[in-house]
Amino acid sequence: MASLLCADADAAILQVTRAGDEAVVASPAVDDDAGLVERLRAGDESAFVELVRRYQPRLLRLAEATVGSRAVAEEVCQDTWLAVVRGVDRFEGRSSFKTWLFRVLLNRARTSASREQRAGHADGDVERFDANGAWAQPPVPWADQVDDRLVAERLARRVHDLLPALPDQQREVVVLRDVEGLDPLEVTSLLGITDGNQRVLLHRGRAKLRVLLSVDMGSDR
Amino acid sequence: MTAYLDGELSQRDRDRLEGHLAECPHCSEYLAQLRATIDALGHAHVDELSDNAVDELVTLYRRWSADAPPA
Repeated sequence: MASLLCADADAAILQVTRAGDEAVVASPAVDDDAGLVERLRAGDESAFVELVRRYQPRLLRLAEATVGSRAVAEEVCQDTWLAVVRGVDRFEGRSSFKTWLFRVLLNRARTSASREQRAGHADGDVERFDANGAWAQPPVPWADQVDDRLVAERLARRVHDLLPALPDQQREVVVLRDVEGLDPLEVTSLLGITDGNQRVLLHRGRAKLRVLLSVDMGSDR
Repeated sequence: MTAYLDGELSQRDRDRLEGHLAECPHCSEYLAQLRATIDALGHAHVDELSDNAVDELVTLYRRWSADAPPA
């Protein structure tokens, strides 16, 4: 059997996923959401406050990653909560409240007038391999540095600053999968894309962030 | 590394990939860096919600419910 080329290994690594997604992101007690939604329907303000406390920080983060500006993100979140209280009677519970909420937010973020067009970004994974399928510029090692907790913390802060550099679709998939910890099915349903498309966007987004982090970590690729 | 492959690779492809990774430091480093990137994304700092931010949204809610009381 022919041995694998580096370029082929990359294609196989596209299948990489994170083990234990649900363990990484502390998920609020989703089971309680149905009860809160019922109380919200009945006009219970305390249920609204509880939902805000539970989801607003995550909404803000998702909105900021989508629109690229804190001020616009806050407006998008306000619009989202208004849409939630107006539309809660029409929420049928076919998806989880969280998925519905994220969908409402993404719809608003996308139509936000001040959203910047971010066309023209390279995918970040061109020319990594030469004609023989070997690395054109092999990655300069840094991965072992993240064993140092301080380096890992710096990386976690930095990677979020870098999210706006991704093309829109890649960024949305990366945020929903890797930051929010949604599973692939939820993401394909939210964004209306196929599983294969979701997987490719996720891989390209991760690969581009890796390149950008590598620059920070003192190497060029 | 195996724990990070989600099982959608066939056994044969997985064996080939692992064989390649065992011999190729560049691809091993690449995978390790991808993993570090994913871990960094999963350890996002979520800002604490200020009381002020909650109050603003509650004000919004009250204004809405005054205009359109629940049926």
